[in-house]
Amino acid sequence: MANTQSMCTSFLGELMLGQHQLGTSTIVSRASLTAPTTDTFKAALYLVSATKDASTTIYNTTGEVTGTGYTAGGVTVTNATAPIATNSSATAGVAYWTPSASFVYTTVTLATAFDTVLLYNFTQSLKAVSVHTFGSQTITAGTFTLTMPSSTTTTALIRLATT
Amino acid sequence: MAIITTTRGDMDESLFEKREGSVDNDNELTTWVEYWDGEELVHRSAHVTLKKMPSFAGGETSSFA
Repeated sequence: MANTQSMCTSFLGELMLGQHQLGTSTIVSRASLTAPTTDTFKAALYLVSATKDASTTIYNTTGEVTGTGYTAGGVTVTNATAPIATNSSATAGVAYWTPSASFVYTTVTLATAFDTVLLYNFTQSLKAVSVHTFGSQTITAGTFTLTMPSSTTTTALIRLATT
Repeated sequence: MAIITTTRGDMDESLFEKREGSVDNDNELTTWVEYWDGEELVHRSAHVTLKKMPSFAGGETSSFA
């Protein structure tokens, strides 16, 4: 047997669960360390003219779509599936997570073209999680449904990997 | 008879011209349906299925190396 230096794969998954706070504690809304609560995530839509990217840190209404039936802040994301962490080799691993249901914006009219959804943590001060783009859309008295990628090591919506 | 939501309220879809389309590329599979009354669009719905996570600047994934 020999030891192999590597970041533990389980740590990656635990990051997604918020079980590690390196440095000064910043999470303020946990009800109890012995009975932790699950954060609420939301998904907001943004216009083609918006500028959401990797530098986005929190949700805000700048560039967000407006229209009949759409509430600022977007819809609540079903967050019922725990992240999965697995080894891809002796020294590398990947943790991944995909929401367990589609984002559905029911009976809306969004007349100005949009092409982006921002996933963010509603519970933790609206902190941004990820930005996802797609082909430009408008909706007229209809429903916009956004289905997430399959939850696998290569296609999941959010992945953290060691190399 | 199928009822759809339109800009004029819930109506029978047979009253309108139905148009459908799709886009399938590396990033997404998108389908949409539209109902038209002449030159007027009265309903449009879309379903986007994302296929993978986005690429981050300079790499395919965010990683700990």
